[in-house]
Amino acid sequence: MVPPDLRYTKDHEWVRLAADEATVGITAFAAEQLGDIVFVELPAIGRSLAAAATFGVVESVKAVSDLYAPLSGEVVEINPALAGQPELVNTDPFGAGWMLKLKVADPAEVDALLDPAGYDQLIAEG
Amino acid sequence: MPYGPHTLADRERMLEAIGITSVDELFDDIPANLRASRLDLPAGMPELELAAHLQALAGRNRTDLASFLGAGAYRHFQPPVVDQLLLRGEWYTAYTPYQPEVSQGTLQSIYEYQSLLAELVAMDVVSASHYDGAAATAEAALMTCRATGRQRILVSRAVHSHYRQTLATYLSGGDLELDQVPVVAAGPLAGTTDLAALEALLADPARPVAGVIAGQPNFYGLLEPMAEIGHLAHAAGGLFVAVVEPVSLAVLEPPGAYGADIAAGEGQSLGIPTQYGGPYLGILATGDALVRQIPGRLVGMTTDLDGQRAFVMTMRAREQDIRRERAASNICTNQALLALAASIYLATLGPHGLRDVAALGAARAAELEAALVEAGAERLHPGPYLNEFLIRVPDARAIHARLLERGVLAGLLMADIEPGDPGLADSLLVCATEVTTGAEVARFAAALKAELGTVR
Repeated sequence: MVPPDLRYTKDHEWVRLAADEATVGITAFAAEQLGDIVFVELPAIGRSLAAAATFGVVESVKAVSDLYAPLSGEVVEINPALAGQPELVNTDPFGAGWMLKLKVADPAEVDALLDPAGYDQLIAEG
Repeated sequence: MPYGPHTLADRERMLEAIGITSVDELFDDIPANLRASRLDLPAGMPELELAAHLQALAGRNRTDLASFLGAGAYRHFQPPVVDQLLLRGEWYTAYTPYQPEVSQGTLQSIYEYQSLLAELVAMDVVSASHYDGAAATAEAALMTCRATGRQRILVSRAVHSHYRQTLATYLSGGDLELDQVPVVAAGPLAGTTDLAALEALLADPARPVAGVIAGQPNFYGLLEPMAEIGHLAHAAGGLFVAVVEPVSLAVLEPPGAYGADIAAGEGQSLGIPTQYGGPYLGILATGDALVRQIPGRLVGMTTDLDGQRAFVMTMRAREQDIRRERAASNICTNQALLALAASIYLATLGPHGLRDVAALGAARAAELEAALVEAGAERLHPGPYLNEFLIRVPDARAIHARLLERGVLAGLLMADIEPGDPGLADSLLVCATEVTTGAEVARFAAALKAELGTVR
């Protein structure tokens, strides 16, 4: 069961909303599928992202995947710990392995995201 | 027995399915003059006759010439140990195995290449090689675009013309732009990159520059103000790419010391003969900051479960077999055998030996300059050079041809490579290395003196 207080994308990002700030990471399912993560490439603070735009890259020992912005907004913070400890994405994907914080441009976009039950169903279907 | 797996009927069904009538239509996008024409091969020959025929063809090569040709490919003494080791069958594949860690020897050879070159360029990371110096330079340009998110490259006009053409090819077809930085026309800095022009080109706010590319030594053999070029690039938020000649790095400041973000260069001069037009060796190096942008592969050293030294394919996740169309490059076959030749050469000579090679070449070039000036030629540029420089002679094309008849290959006729540049008219790019002999210099000078005497 995925954390009930988050919203999800079909590309396996999660979003935690607090007022107009959204914290973004990738799910435990995604981290497990990728295997040992060795590098996370994140955008510059201040960059504006459109929903579904690629915001970075996550690299595991044998694969590289793009990361997609779940919501439109401006990058206000990135997780500085990931530069030295990318494995946090594997060990604590919903916590210390967070990737960036967005100042949400359009709160209505949240409605398009999956709820926990919807995401559970997505990963159950494979 | 036909070797093609598809019958005529199969092919017709496939053509019909995609709505064309002949296979040739698939190639319509390629201009007709560039398509392969039918090979016009003569009838077969018995092996003995063929050997004699090929020997006769090979006999047309001039091996008697005193050569002063450099221009991007340099003659050097190749210690026999380089070829002897290179000819071992264990090395006979250009490819790193897809399960690379089973081939510890291959990985170790690549690791040692990376380490030797990293020391030479004084940078953190060297990729496991590219096709040639021009390809490596173009990859460097693309790295600067990816790293900065900008789309414009500035290349000094004094970078090798073939490299600039390769850059134009790599940068075409997308949103990327390539502009040339002129060289200073006259005065003590003539022939080097024009810093004022560079500054002006960098100042266009609508077209921010990703990378500035300059060569050291430049194509005319001159030494460039690399640190200043790098400062200007960095001040404008761009990156700086140094195109280097590896033997020169034994005596010149390495790119890591003057602030280059990326170094690219041709590795041919490291124990690889001036064979045909290749295969050669593309060197590409950078710092830790851009390690994720470097195309190709990187081999690292680690310890295995038993604590023993082991070599691993540390980074190749950005390659096309994994990233497909988002790969850092789709042209990154490494030149493992030639990288190995460079490694053996460097390990054989050692730092002192390489310094001797570079210094002796520079000394020979100084002798050459004195002899040619004495014979009546003049240097085109006054600035310092290492082992290659431009001379001007009246009617250079005719003189070049007549010197050839006298057994002297008088370098490169610049009009052949830069036909549109009036500043380079009637000039010859001449080069000396440690294999140039005093007798050859004397032969060139005497022949030139005789020719200039008849002209006047």
